[in-house]
Amino acid sequence: MTIDIKNPSFLLDGEEVPFTEGQTVMEAALTAGSYIPHLCFHPELQAHGSCRLCIVESDNRLHASCTLQANSRLKVSSQTQAINKMRKHIVQMLFVEGNHICPSCEFSGNCQLQAMAYELDMEEGHFHFRYPKREQDASHNDIFLDRDRCINCELCVRASRENDAKNVFSLGGRGTETHLCANSASGKLGDTSLDVSDKAANICPVGALLINDQSYVTPKEDRVYYQTSISLRGNRRPKEIE
Amino acid sequence: MNDPSKVNLKRVVIDPVTRVEGHGKVSLLLDDDNQIHEARFHIVEFRGFERFIEGRPYWELPMVVQRLCGICPVSHHLAAGKAIDQLAGVSELSPPAEKLRRLLHWGQSLQSHALHFFHLASPDLLFGFESDVRKRSIVSVIESHRDLALKGVKIRKYGQEVIKAITGKKIHGMAVLAGGMNRALTTDQIKQLKIDIKDIINWTEEALVLVRKLYLSDIALHTKFAKADSAFLSLVDKDGTLDLYHGGLRIKNADGSILHDHYDYSNYTQLIKEQVKSWSYMKFPFLIERGPQTGWYKVGPLARINNCDRIDTIKAESYRQDFLAHSEDALVHPPLAFHWARMIEALYCAEAIAKMLDDPDLCSGDLMRRGEKQLEGIGVIEAPRGTLFHHYKINENDQVTMANLIVSTTSNNQAMNESVRQVANTYVSGRELTPELLNNIEVAIRAYDPCLSCATHAVGKMPLQVELLNSVGETVARCSRSSETGFNVE
Repeated sequence: MTIDIKNPSFLLDGEEVPFTEGQTVMEAALTAGSYIPHLCFHPELQAHGSCRLCIVESDNRLHASCTLQANSRLKVSSQTQAINKMRKHIVQMLFVEGNHICPSCEFSGNCQLQAMAYELDMEEGHFHFRYPKREQDASHNDIFLDRDRCINCELCVRASRENDAKNVFSLGGRGTETHLCANSASGKLGDTSLDVSDKAANICPVGALLINDQSYVTPKEDRVYYQTSISLRGNRRPKEIE
Repeated sequence: MNDPSKVNLKRVVIDPVTRVEGHGKVSLLLDDDNQIHEARFHIVEFRGFERFIEGRPYWELPMVVQRLCGICPVSHHLAAGKAIDQLAGVSELSPPAEKLRRLLHWGQSLQSHALHFFHLASPDLLFGFESDVRKRSIVSVIESHRDLALKGVKIRKYGQEVIKAITGKKIHGMAVLAGGMNRALTTDQIKQLKIDIKDIINWTEEALVLVRKLYLSDIALHTKFAKADSAFLSLVDKDGTLDLYHGGLRIKNADGSILHDHYDYSNYTQLIKEQVKSWSYMKFPFLIERGPQTGWYKVGPLARINNCDRIDTIKAESYRQDFLAHSEDALVHPPLAFHWARMIEALYCAEAIAKMLDDPDLCSGDLMRRGEKQLEGIGVIEAPRGTLFHHYKINENDQVTMANLIVSTTSNNQAMNESVRQVANTYVSGRELTPELLNNIEVAIRAYDPCLSCATHAVGKMPLQVELLNSVGETVARCSRSSETGFNVE
């Protein structure tokens, strides 16, 4: 492979992907229209590298592509059987860790976790379901916080800090007890400054934060992933459909 | 300690009862001469929907509680929808939203009634109650009455297509919102549904004529089989017309006199109470003013056809009059007449669908109303199997704090037990037990078209096990039925 200094690129699954200085492998791939599975990455927010779905293999090592800086020497593998098997296990763990009741969930069809499960041919939970007891927070007039669905991706945490300049959310607890906290004296969402128009209220990939009066308004066939896979549609919120 | 009155008795258990929706079992206590001492219809599954929806936001209710059932989910979807309309402070829907809900409900009732008649009940009615067990299935109906069976399948399919058009799915769709609906129909969808509706009306009428003929072919037997006379309860609209979606409660006494009329269902807690018995997960509702012993009543197609003053579709109304005229009694009580009444309703649904499909409101975008939030909501609807009550309370944060469901089958619980007892005494008592003989009991239960999954708010296997136990609990004989090995006697 020859290196073109003016138009640098790296190899992703054998295909050349151009990048610009400072871009990560994830950013360059998405810009080029190549999809790498992910849940905690958002192009407008700082990369987090926590969900590990975007793992790729390069130089016999696994990297989170959302934090791996692109360079012209990279030969990256993403769509391999071994990596997708790992991704599937990650998604299965996310499912069994929470209480994801897809059949009646308002976010079904819009949910990126559900769409990722379809993408990775997940047919069952594989691991033991933990059925955790998680506190729900209905204290906010416009927004329902359903911690059963939360995957601790911290997109809302980052959106509130980086985009809304509010710091409404944080993660508390440790290990399996890790949970989303509302940063108010009472710990209730209703006592924070979260507004229904905030980015933080409109970024959750799994419907843990739901806008009350929007529930079930969108028919199933009009939902983001009703007919199109997440690898073709990308990680989109309902309002971001063209 | 053993009940002295039950010493030296044998117990026969039919577990589960088949060709009904859900899981139940029948136990018979027999003495040494095979005389019936006691007969009970037990519901053995526990589900607990009323508890696990506590804490959920109320707008989830129509989506969650419809999962009670795969046969009549639309009924629960709509009953919960009516209840959450009240929670959202909406007392009157927009006309297009109400018409869509009514159309949805007719589609649901049509498919459910077709399922029951063709798939579950017709083998008994066509081949005889004590016919060979290998014959009593939809497969034999397809083999010997191919045209009838295929029409049955198509009628059911049509009802499901109506449901799919409105909710997006044939089972467990998503359409009802607090205060309205989430979509209208398109002209293309209506055009599509219009193509087959004439055939559906004709085929449903053929089935109705058939069930009428079968019932009248041995009227002496059919009028006394499993008889359990009681009051009837159902909704009727304000002028007494049959209405499956909305209205006031009408209760007719067994003699045909009216006990209550246009009773506001929001006050149902002053009218009906539920009694719990240790041997069944299904409760026993009764009219408070009459107490648990005599206050039981029946619901469902037979109640509705007996209770209403008219049906507002031409053919169904003429068959209703014919139905009432065949009997000399003020009301038609025999449980087997449920089948006849059910098909009158199916015809009504098909006719009503045809009429509604001409209404341009179905394509209107005026689908939502808003109101002032209330903390309590009660939705009542005539589900295929009878009057269905959904009652919810919420807190200031919109979370469900209380849920009470009285499903149709529950209301028929005592009546089904009475019918089981009557059939056991008449047909089983004193005879050697065979699967054909025991089917008489199942025929009685099937007439009510019970949905036991709904009634316990069950999933699992469907084998049949009959055990004969002596007075000290030893198994003296055992029969079993499974899809793999058929019927075996040990």
